[in-house]
Amino acid sequence: MTGAAAENPTVPSLRARFGAAVGRSAVVSGATVVWVEAGRAHEILTWLRDDPGQRYDYLVDVTAVEYRDRELPLEVVYQLRSLARTAMLRVKIDLPKAGPLEVDSVVDLWSGADWLEREVWDMFGVRFRGHPDLRRILMWENYSEGHPLRKDFPLRGRFSRSEQVRRALSAGLDAHYSLDELNIADAYDELPADVRERLAARRERER
Amino acid sequence: MELNDPRGPAGQDPALREGFVSPNWVTTRLDDLVNWSRANSLWPMAFGTACCAIEFMATAASRFDLARFGMERVAYSPRQADVLICAGRLPFKLAPVIRRVWDQMPQPKWCISMGACASTGGIFDNYAMVQGIDTIVPVDVYVPGCPPRPEGLLYGILMLQKKIKRESVFDPSLRVEQLADQSGLYLEPAAVDEVSEPFGNSVHQTRSA
Repeated sequence: MTGAAAENPTVPSLRARFGAAVGRSAVVSGATVVWVEAGRAHEILTWLRDDPGQRYDYLVDVTAVEYRDRELPLEVVYQLRSLARTAMLRVKIDLPKAGPLEVDSVVDLWSGADWLEREVWDMFGVRFRGHPDLRRILMWENYSEGHPLRKDFPLRGRFSRSEQVRRALSAGLDAHYSLDELNIADAYDELPADVRERLAARRERER
Repeated sequence: MELNDPRGPAGQDPALREGFVSPNWVTTRLDDLVNWSRANSLWPMAFGTACCAIEFMATAASRFDLARFGMERVAYSPRQADVLICAGRLPFKLAPVIRRVWDQMPQPKWCISMGACASTGGIFDNYAMVQGIDTIVPVDVYVPGCPPRPEGLLYGILMLQKKIKRESVFDPSLRVEQLADQSGLYLEPAAVDEVSEPFGNSVHQTRSA
């Protein structure tokens, strides 16, 4: 290998299988980046996770990038890792700002995408089709100033400081920090078996 | 004096023997007594949100030892606290929370704003951050610094004790709860502007605008 790092061999495999749905690719600081078509991204990501030659079983991060150049599209970024093969791959989707900012959710592939996609929705306003619970995650529920990490968002927010204080104080506290949200009972079926056993045993003891 | 002198240490003092004073009672002003007891057992409610909270922990730990000033019991329950110490920046999302905590604290109560961010928003002149907690809860002592060293916080606490010792139990205005006005604010924008110059990156923008 010379100075520049080699491209991840996943990229030629992707091109062979998905053809035109795979766009350009680049090696940036040793990391391979590949752009894919928004409409087929879910299919491609499924293949990357499940194909025996790829096995990208761990979703490190979902985020988005908006460039200062207004002509450039907004990008949704998936950082994948194969724990078994110790390989990394960055998959990007271009979303032109003229069109709807929508992509398919990957929560069904990696459940860890749940909060990551909520954060991208909160900060950038990208909608994830099929997300089970697409609510704001960092800003509070009735935050009405838009999506703060967009370039057209004013640094200090859209309203005056006093108006921001007024709105923040009028946010219903109990509605946003509800016990339901913290209730482990809702998550019971998804808990690992040993945790379920421990909880059941404790309930037995307390009876 | 013998140790078993039934008259106690006062037995030696002619003035005490004549009955003007006794070791068993003292005269003082009620204000002095109440303020002395209040100032020397301030129970802090630590509202730590950022790096200032680390300095608060250092202040409470053995090297700097907050307990020397009667604050050994850090109450993580507002119901049993006297001083709200906001250590760190306050995002708008936490604004209703700190207000709820303050409302839950019983009178008499005081508030220390610890660090630049709690006092003015600090470097976080952005959409997410409250520009000074005094727009939400009344603040008694501001401790500057980013973050303040434990000595700084202790100095602020000593200032608060000094302030408490000048209070009067007969002044009901000190214990009046500050409530929101019709607009839903605790401090009207004009009052904020009166005490703050244009600041931050902008020379045009005040803390209310």
